[in-house]
Amino acid sequence: MSRTIQDQAAIVGIGQTELSSKGGLEEDELTLACLAISNAIDDAGLSPADVDGLALFDMEAKREVEVARNLGLGEITFFAEVGYGGGAACGTVGHAAMAVASGQCDVAVAWRARKRAAKSTRVWSQAPKRLDDSDQWTRPAGLLRPVDEIAMLTRRYMHEYGVTREQLANVALTLRRHANRNPSAAMYEKTLDLEQYLSARWISEPLCLFDNCLESDGALAVVITSAERARDLPRKPVYIHAYAQGLPQQHQIMSNYFCEDPLRGPSHVAARRLWANSELAPKDVSCAQIYDAFSPLIPLSLEGYGFCERGEGVAFTEDGGIEWNRGRLPVNTSGGSLSEAYVHGFNHVIEGVRQMRGESPCQVEDASSCLVTSGECVPTSALLLRN
Amino acid sequence: MESGWILPDLSNEATRGFWDGCAEGELRIQTCSACGAMRMPPRPMCPQCRSVSYEWTRMSGEGRIWSFVVAHPPLLPAYAELAPYPVATIELVEDPMIRIVGGLVGGPDLVPSAVDPSTIEIGDPVHVVFAQVEDVTIPRWTSAKWA
Repeated sequence: MSRTIQDQAAIVGIGQTELSSKGGLEEDELTLACLAISNAIDDAGLSPADVDGLALFDMEAKREVEVARNLGLGEITFFAEVGYGGGAACGTVGHAAMAVASGQCDVAVAWRARKRAAKSTRVWSQAPKRLDDSDQWTRPAGLLRPVDEIAMLTRRYMHEYGVTREQLANVALTLRRHANRNPSAAMYEKTLDLEQYLSARWISEPLCLFDNCLESDGALAVVITSAERARDLPRKPVYIHAYAQGLPQQHQIMSNYFCEDPLRGPSHVAARRLWANSELAPKDVSCAQIYDAFSPLIPLSLEGYGFCERGEGVAFTEDGGIEWNRGRLPVNTSGGSLSEAYVHGFNHVIEGVRQMRGESPCQVEDASSCLVTSGECVPTSALLLRN
Repeated sequence: MESGWILPDLSNEATRGFWDGCAEGELRIQTCSACGAMRMPPRPMCPQCRSVSYEWTRMSGEGRIWSFVVAHPPLLPAYAELAPYPVATIELVEDPMIRIVGGLVGGPDLVPSAVDPSTIEIGDPVHVVFAQVEDVTIPRWTSAKWA
């Protein structure tokens, strides 16, 4: 008997609120979470009482009890939380899938609700003044924000592999073109060209404004049930073909400068398990939704998940390499965190499902599988979806 | 004296040896008493041999730039006053796997503004200097070329 969960669970419903990167939303996180989950349950053709499993970020403002009481969920027999922010989205879906596959629950929901559109909500600007965690090795020195931490790795990457800003720009420019096809993307009406990219203000050299994700308010959710039950529901099932988490040896969150090979990030670890538990290889994948809080995380992840060799991730993005209708692997086909919205990468899960249903704003023809990844540079997770 | 910076909690038993060293003008790296392996950042247990006994070894304070950034606003007010400022990850000459993050400074007052970012290169030799920030002494790095 197989030890993997391969295709035993499926995403049968998706739901979300408006994702607002300008002005934000009125509702609090709990309300947003409940609205997104409610929409996902409706999309699945199920009722709240059917839900008996919950998987969420450990950073959720309100958790299992409040969500279940508001939505009128059934008796819950499985609940799990996943840590590490941007690394957690695929993890919540994977935990839910494992719980369904192993009989711990029948219908699970996974979600993320987040309010970060207002400038006053920036996490880095609220750091405690005295640090007892790993941030004490970076913050006093002046690495204050996530972008500073990733900029350090990016400079080293560009040095080791001879990468230029003109090449790195491919990531932001490609994702912007995808967002320009997605009416619900924050950057739907705003084009971006190389000249604008190169003349943009610095945030943390070598990263400029357009290498940084948006900050958004909103919530997204998915409903997961067994493959067997999925066949009787209205939506085309999107199977969780494989799932993995990744925490490398001697890893440090974000400022991973203290190990032997800092540019070999968590994606390499997740990838090993993901492909081992899959019938597919990177060459078989139709498209990918790759976590992109910062643009260099995409080339690093392309390397980690085996789409190219170490040091070739940026070259992979050249000549439309990650562009819809052109490239070898269309990436972040709704615009991603850089140009659609930033909701800790949960919008990547939803876009992966849309691709498998044939409903993406940049629909890949005959798409049969989609890799979805969570954050490189933190303990991470990944899903391989297929239809 | 600067203020409004984010600083370490000096009461942590496993990490305070590093900060105590800085206060005494020495760059000290945590070293396993059982197997002799150095480790950074400090922590209670040696990942090589699992001993929880450790001591602090004085380094020469010489290193090379492994990578660097130049931070621009938006930043917290105390940091924004100095922006744009360079921050580097330094690999120590004693062991390039031991790396420390610190601001790059120059001039007679050892300030970030004396370092022209266009002159910073990966591999540059640098040496440690110590700066008092509130009640904490933190390491920064300088080079003759920014004197």
